[in-house]
Amino acid sequence: MTFTPSAPLGAAAADAPIAVPPKGGGRRRRRSRFHSGSRIAILVVVIGYLLLPLVAMLEFSTRGDYGSRSLDSFAAIFTYPNLIDGIVTSLEIAVLTVFGMLLLLVPTMIWTVVRVPRMRRVVEFLCLLPLAIPAIVIVVGIAPIYQWMGQHLGGIGGSPLTLALIDIVLVLPFAYRAIDAGIRGVDVGTLTDASRSLGAGWPRAIVQVVIPNIRGGILAAAVLAVALVLGEFTISSLLSFNTLQVVILAIGKRDAYTSVAVSLTALVFAFVLLIVIARFAPGAGSRGQGATEEEEPLATPTPSTTGAQ
Amino acid sequence: MPDAQVLTPASTGSQGAGSASGGAGSRRASGLRDYLALVPFHAYVGLFLILPTLVVAVGSLTTAEGQATLSNIQAVFSDEVIIDAFATSIKLAVITAIAGAIFGGLLAWAVATGDPNGVLRPLVVAASGVLAQFGGVMLAFAFLATFAGRGLVTLFFKNVAHLPIMSDQSWVYGLTGLVFVYTYFQIPLMLIVFLPALDGLRQEWYDASASLGGTSWSFWRHVGGPILAPSFLGALLLLFTNAFSAYATAAALVSQGAPIITLQIGNALTSEVVLGRENVGKAIALGMIVIVSLVMTLYALIQRRASRWVKQ
Repeated sequence: MTFTPSAPLGAAAADAPIAVPPKGGGRRRRRSRFHSGSRIAILVVVIGYLLLPLVAMLEFSTRGDYGSRSLDSFAAIFTYPNLIDGIVTSLEIAVLTVFGMLLLLVPTMIWTVVRVPRMRRVVEFLCLLPLAIPAIVIVVGIAPIYQWMGQHLGGIGGSPLTLALIDIVLVLPFAYRAIDAGIRGVDVGTLTDASRSLGAGWPRAIVQVVIPNIRGGILAAAVLAVALVLGEFTISSLLSFNTLQVVILAIGKRDAYTSVAVSLTALVFAFVLLIVIARFAPGAGSRGQGATEEEEPLATPTPSTTGAQ
Repeated sequence: MPDAQVLTPASTGSQGAGSASGGAGSRRASGLRDYLALVPFHAYVGLFLILPTLVVAVGSLTTAEGQATLSNIQAVFSDEVIIDAFATSIKLAVITAIAGAIFGGLLAWAVATGDPNGVLRPLVVAASGVLAQFGGVMLAFAFLATFAGRGLVTLFFKNVAHLPIMSDQSWVYGLTGLVFVYTYFQIPLMLIVFLPALDGLRQEWYDASASLGGTSWSFWRHVGGPILAPSFLGALLLLFTNAFSAYATAAALVSQGAPIITLQIGNALTSEVVLGRENVGKAIALGMIVIVSLVMTLYALIQRRASRWVKQ
């Protein structure tokens, strides 16, 4: 850092947002031959490394008899009742997680912006906290609680759908960033003041005025929640619930082809979901909110250390 | 929020919310009622995040009957298998964090210098999101479809290239396999974390350096490098934590034993518990919390420094 002249750089940084839009505009346009050559080499090698296993999955799952190609492995998905059950269970958990997360987070976040800005840091800290506590540690701590629920709450307590309770926590960092980007894009305070001065109560101001204005962020949060729940393994496996990933692993021991087929389908599904939020969410891509946008683009999920892998 | 109803919109009197008097005014006045609206959120996080963490912390310092003891901690430190697992986990996390940071950083640079409105960037970012965050078990199967006995690459070497490499498949299910498959999700995570930092580098800085006679090398040596260094270090720590905490991929891949610490915890949770060792699993988990907390604290400190340049 010794050589960086801080004053001129600071001045340049202060001017920059006016001179160029913060997103995308400030990219270096210089192109030497060496530069573009090494750039393409990196893209080919690294993306090749990332694509190879996916291509292998496609090749592996479409193998037929005697070197032919067939979709039998994909058709076989429907011959495993427990696999279908796992998919249905995971989708049900995903729906519960999305609604629970939105119900918990959206009013709280709007409320902190409008009424108790002092608590904003606290809420943010709590939302990002799951990044610092590995999922497997949460399982260890929550296993006794689930044991208790299974014994005392009857059928509901032992249902795999209770996993939504934990998944809501796991999805908080992702959802917080997404909704926060939506809230930063509009002036929530003015919106609620305006609607309340026109006679709306708080619930109406939030539901009918604020929420429609931050729907991009809400949609992104919901999509990230769905993707996370469909990929969740650690907690459901260790609490002995048969969700999609648990069943995929179980089937893989006997029929690797079908497991690879399901895995590929699920990965492509998650990929499409993320492309969708990259298109429609606020602050993503070239549709950025300009000056109000301070956070990183939200289609890039929050760095996770919750042990999703 | 039932209490919200009490504050009717017309109550713009001398005291109270003063809602019509402008955003700043109404936002400053927060009474006890306003804090009450946050209780559900805090209660939920307390119940499903803080309480489990406390259960781990307290449990690791007590016996199954609830008496204070250090025997669980002692059991962790005196068990060579557990110590080895911790060491292996750290080694695995360090190796894959460095590999992921280098290759992911290069990829991020290649993407960041491309056309900002092109099709490559959103595709790479979305694909990275999937691979880095949601893969888990599925990545293990991707890896197996590539390198296992009947995998694409293995068959290529055997049937097409006729090369004797990759004839022994045992590495796939061991530590070497874990290094490969972990790197596979570390690279995309690095891209996601590091891309905003690269976006923060401004053309003006490069131009300023060039107009003072600087070369590309001197720009990176004296401007770009020092600015990116904290972000790169922070990303490295994040990648370490990510690999250190990972469970699903390893659980799906490793066929024998529990070489890494998350698998040890998994074993402690699912296997028959030996009398007197009921809370050893919690002590291992506490060990993880301690290591991750240290790394994340360091990360937060570095992040504060990194954000000086990045988030303008």
